[in-house]
Amino acid sequence: MSILVILEQAGGAWHRMGWETLAAGQELGAALGVAVSAAVIGEAREAATKKLDRVYTLASVDYTADAYTAAYEQLIRHLNPKIVLFPHTYLVRDFAPKLATRFGRAMASDVIKCRVENGGLVLVRQLFQGKLNMDLRLTGDGPQFISLQAGSYRAEALQDGTAQVEPFTANVSSDVARQKPEAPFREAARAVDLTTAELIVSVGRGIKEKENIHIVEELAQVMGAELAASRPIIDSGWLAMERQVGSSGQTVSPKVYMAVGISGAIQHLVGMKGAKCIVAINKDANAPIFEVADYGIVGDLFEVVPALIEEIKKAKA
Amino acid sequence: MKILAAIKQVPSRDSSLRVNSSGQWIEDADLTYEINEPDAYALEEALQLKEKHGGEVVALCAGPARAAQTIREALAKGADRAIHIEADDVDSLDTLALSKLLAAAAKAENPDLVLTGLQSDDLGSGQTGVVMAELLGMPHGTIIMAVEKQDGSIRVKRELEDGWFQHVTMSLPAVLTIQSGINKLRYATLMGIKKAKTKEIKVVTAASLGVECTPQVERLKVYVPGRTKQAQIFDGPAKESAAKLVEKLKFEVRVI
Repeated sequence: MSILVILEQAGGAWHRMGWETLAAGQELGAALGVAVSAAVIGEAREAATKKLDRVYTLASVDYTADAYTAAYEQLIRHLNPKIVLFPHTYLVRDFAPKLATRFGRAMASDVIKCRVENGGLVLVRQLFQGKLNMDLRLTGDGPQFISLQAGSYRAEALQDGTAQVEPFTANVSSDVARQKPEAPFREAARAVDLTTAELIVSVGRGIKEKENIHIVEELAQVMGAELAASRPIIDSGWLAMERQVGSSGQTVSPKVYMAVGISGAIQHLVGMKGAKCIVAINKDANAPIFEVADYGIVGDLFEVVPALIEEIKKAKA
Repeated sequence: MKILAAIKQVPSRDSSLRVNSSGQWIEDADLTYEINEPDAYALEEALQLKEKHGGEVVALCAGPARAAQTIREALAKGADRAIHIEADDVDSLDTLALSKLLAAAAKAENPDLVLTGLQSDDLGSGQTGVVMAELLGMPHGTIIMAVEKQDGSIRVKRELEDGWFQHVTMSLPAVLTIQSGINKLRYATLMGIKKAKTKEIKVVTAASLGVECTPQVERLKVYVPGRTKQAQIFDGPAKESAAKLVEKLKFEVRVI
């Protein structure tokens, strides 16, 4: 019985979420009293300085779900771990469910907490975009495949040590990948850099119509803040993509992040929960955004925002 | 091109949710339902591909009897026919079990392309399309922002993290999970709604599909999450709340 943590590397650079997952692996390994190893398609150097049993390295290949699944399938069959932990990255979302299916296993994805109860794992997942949580257990034989949400464990908690590096040769023929990937690209240079903004006013679905955006724009202007938005606003074409905050947009950490009419789906929260002060304005007192907020106004944004503009003007006068 | 659009019915976005008496799911007595948002974009993409390249769009949905409403809406928007996997326990199935049902129904149709949303608004596992692809032996692409049909293959634009994208070409048949915002959703027309009434909805069950699902997820409980941070909440009249907040921003956070 052991734990295997799958790390992620792209172009030689580590994905930071892998370290968070490794920290979770160490914590669970200690609680369960089992060995923890890591695996990476790429090179191992930095992982070998962590407190681990072994680090398995697999030869680099261009990422395709087919190639990664084939390689990791062989490693997992060879090691037969009890628990396989992944960071819930876009890449993992693309191949890990396929890998789990190959073992006839249902995977628990985007898990926010694992705890040990009676020698087994109890996992916590969010439902309904964070409105509710569920505790669950994976049952049946075979490895338990689990991916962890960004920020659910802290990379700072990682314990250093030394790990033996062990190359693993997976026999993956070059025609296993049915997908032909091209080089990644970015759409256009960003004219707005939200990552350096001190103050951000961000608007979400609650604004209802494009014609209403201007009231939040005015609030941003009065505050001297950059204007940002959650995904639905960008999808609707109401603001440019460069203003999107969240897992598919920018990750920001301003002094103040004011979320107006944003419910706080996890995809948005991962992009802004590093803000020093979060202010939420929402009509639904149960919206998940209030869970990360320092200050909240429960009310109709169409009344609150104009009142705020007036009060800020007064305070600045 | 025969395109299957796998759609799910979920509680409406603004629903206020309560945990039911068993503590294992939500109270569903007074809920209203709608199509899972990313699935609406998958359906729209299927309709647009059909309009461009010809063929057929089949809506595929697993759910209890009430899911028929969401299926009718898909037909009204332009799907040619539908398959309803009628199952009362869909909410309690794990992703593997649900995907087995969907894959079994999909397999019988021999589609060129299977589209579904990248995740559901209820369980949010984000796995169904990928698991289906593995079960069907098809290649897949996830978080897709554009689909371009080529001869015997498709070239798609995948969304990566932090504003990066990537084009990927894959052989057909294939499964794609569609990202919200890939296209502009249409409304059903009056004519579409009328026509939908005459379109075929084939009802199948786990038994008729020959799928046996051994659950691998044991649900312990569903609950309202505790707050990690205690927010100071102002819930009085707008003007009063605004004044209190500005005072905090000025004297405590010191940004005004």
